[in-house]
Amino acid sequence: MKWLAIASFCVAAGFLIFGAVALRPFGAPTLKEMDDYFNRFSQPEVAANNAVTAIVFDYRGYDTLGEATVLFTAVTGVALILRRTKK
Amino acid sequence: MIGNLPFVVCVILVALGLWTLVAKRNLIKLVIGIGLIESGVNLFLVSLGYVHGGIPPIYTYAPSGAPMVLPTPQALTLTSIVIGVATTALMLAFAVVIYRHKGTLDARKIRDLRG
Amino acid sequence: MTVVVRTITRILFPIALVFGGYVIMHGHLTPGGGFQGGAVAASALAMVVVAFGAKSLSGKKGLLSALESLGGVAFAALGFLGLGVTFFANVLAGSGGLFGNPVPYGPNPGDLNTAGTLPLMNWAVGFKVLAGLGAVVLLFALFGGEHDR
Repeated sequence: MKWLAIASFCVAAGFLIFGAVALRPFGAPTLKEMDDYFNRFSQPEVAANNAVTAIVFDYRGYDTLGEATVLFTAVTGVALILRRTKK
Repeated sequence: MIGNLPFVVCVILVALGLWTLVAKRNLIKLVIGIGLIESGVNLFLVSLGYVHGGIPPIYTYAPSGAPMVLPTPQALTLTSIVIGVATTALMLAFAVVIYRHKGTLDARKIRDLRG
Repeated sequence: MTVVVRTITRILFPIALVFGGYVIMHGHLTPGGGFQGGAVAASALAMVVVAFGAKSLSGKKGLLSALESLGGVAFAALGFLGLGVTFFANVLAGSGGLFGNPVPYGPNPGDLNTAGTLPLMNWAVGFKVLAGLGAVVLLFALFGGEHDR
């Protein structure tokens, strides 16, 4: 059982390292039209100097809304689990 | 090979987390392994968006003429980091409750999900 | 903790809170934003929990919970503010009013009165993250121990 775990881990790690080496070269992204649009138009459209903030709160606001929901759910779950139980 | 060294480093982080998940039995160590995988994936996403000679995608006092790093992976990595914090807090809370009920943190002794 | 830690915490607590507020307030101009600034401010809260014990903050759970709900509701309401165009439309940007100054294209020194609803959303998310992480740390410090099962 131990050897099965080690063998499967070695296969998975080998695939991961092979994929990282065989990927496109570092620092030269191939598909960047969307990001160029965001970099170009974050100032005229959103009037923000910071393109990352423009994406987080304006272009992809739905994403941030879901993220806030996840954070709220996690805090609620922690408060529900870690409450003082009467005993 | 040497040009892709940042990707290899991220993948090594992910592999360390996977080894922690496979080999360890303590629940706290499993949570640490999941955190390692999260860190590796976040680092991989940010390094995917790097452009050679790039500057941060912020126009406040930016040097003119330099290309800007892709902003979308950074924004989504921000989302991923916050969700990682939330899931880590929830997993640690579950570990606390399991230790209270079972008196142990060994993942083999809590496989019966009764009581 | 010892008196050294308590004294340093008394000095550093307002500085950390003010720095978190700075990171939130300049979120649309410099690196940072609501999440990062909220995490910085929550670290100040965690420092108080470590130095003075969790009992000193145990009355603040309701306040933190209310603050987090308020931040979430404010964020959703700011999203609904642009419902005349689409959900999450930035109606305040470039309108000339609150946070409505126009921005010239290209590198510029930065103006705090720009970017429309983004600074308001930054504040809402910052309070939400501050209250959420602070509540998590406080709950773990209060009820995470073995003694009060």
